[in-house]
Amino acid sequence: MKPLEYLPYLVAAWLFLVGVYGVVTSRNLIHAVTCLAVAQSSTYVLLLAIGFRRDATAPIFFDVPLGTRAVDPVVASLALTDVVVGSTVTALLLALAVQIHKRLGTLDPNELRSMKG
Amino acid sequence: MRPATRRRAFLAAAAVVGGLLVWGMGGLPPAGVYNGPYGLVLNQVAVPERHATNVVAAVTFDYRGIDTMGEEFILFAAVVGVAILLRTMRGEAEHEPEEEVRGRDVPGTSNAVRVAGLAMLGPIVLYGIYVVAHGHLTPGGGFQGGVVLATGALLVYLSGEYVTLRRVRPVNAVDRAEAAGAGAYVVIGLFGLVAGGSFLYNALPLGTTGELVSAGTILPINVAVGLEVAAGFVLLLSEFLEQTLVLGASGRTGP
Repeated sequence: MKPLEYLPYLVAAWLFLVGVYGVVTSRNLIHAVTCLAVAQSSTYVLLLAIGFRRDATAPIFFDVPLGTRAVDPVVASLALTDVVVGSTVTALLLALAVQIHKRLGTLDPNELRSMKG
Repeated sequence: MRPATRRRAFLAAAAVVGGLLVWGMGGLPPAGVYNGPYGLVLNQVAVPERHATNVVAAVTFDYRGIDTMGEEFILFAAVVGVAILLRTMRGEAEHEPEEEVRGRDVPGTSNAVRVAGLAMLGPIVLYGIYVVAHGHLTPGGGFQGGVVLATGALLVYLSGEYVTLRRVRPVNAVDRAEAAGAGAYVVIGLFGLVAGGSFLYNALPLGTTGELVSAGTILPINVAVGLEVAAGFVLLLSEFLEQTLVLGASGRTGP
C-alpha cells in the first residue's frame, strides 16, 4: 500500500474532521456556517477520488476521440449536485444567522442558550 | 457545556471517527485504480447514445435527469426559504437605500470600479449564456452558467448603486423567471412522457454529435436550469443586500 494513493481519502477525512471541529468550537454563526462548508467540501474530494483513474482525462469527448481513457463521469455529476446543495444550505443558514442577529442581537452560539420557543 | 469540555468531548469523538474513517478508507481501492463498471460503460455509450460529448452533462441531465430535477427543486425551495426568512418583519421600516455602514461613511464607488464593472457586464453575460448553451458539448451547463449570469447583477451593484440594481432587477420578473425555469424542467419531463413513454425520456432529435443544437433534451434542460439558477441567485443576492441596505434595524426586538 503506497501512502500517496490513499492521500486523497486522508485529505477528505481531514477536511471533514477539521470542518466539524470548527463548527463545534465556533463562537460566531457566520464562522460556523463557513466551517460547515469546509466539512462538506470533504465529500467533493472523496467523490472525485473514488472516480479518479490514473493517466485519464475528463469525461468530455469534444476534442479527444471517443475511447480515450477518462475518469468516472458519475461521481463528477454527483459532485455537481453536491456543490449545488452545499450552496443552498449555506444560503439558508446565512439567512437564519441574519434573523438570529436581528432578533437576539448576537451571533455567538453560546449566548443562544436562553432561546425561547 | 463549557468550551473546554466541549473541545475535549469533540477531540475524543473525532479520534474515534477519524480512526474508523482511516480504517474504512484503507479498504477502498487506491485512488487512480477505478473498478466501477458505470463510469467505464457510460464513457463508452453516452456519446453514441445521446450525441452529447460532455458525458457529465449526459449523466446529470439525462441518465439521472430525475435526480437533477430534485436537485433543482432543492435550490428552488432554498431560495423561497431565504426569501421567507428575510422578508420584511413586523416593526421593520423600509427606508431609502443607504450606501453606508451604520455610523461611518463609506467612500463612494470610484469611477475606475464603475467603468471596469460596466465594461465586464456584457462579456460576463455573454460568457454565461455560452456556458449554459454549450453544456452538452464542453464543460459547463445550466448550474455553472446560471451562476456566471447572476454575477452580472453583482457587477451592476458594484458599479452603480443599489438603486440601479433594483431598477434592472424587477422583482416580479425575476420571481417569475425562477419559477418558469423550475417549471420548464418538469414540462420537458412530461414531454418525454408523452412522446417517448417515460418521464424525461430524451425524445427530441439527437442531431449531429458536436453541434450546438444536438443531444436532444439536454440543451433545453440546461437552458431551463440556467434560467432558474440565474434568477435564484439574483434573488438570493438582492435579499441579502436588502437586509443591509434597505431595511432598518428598528425591528430589533431582543430579549
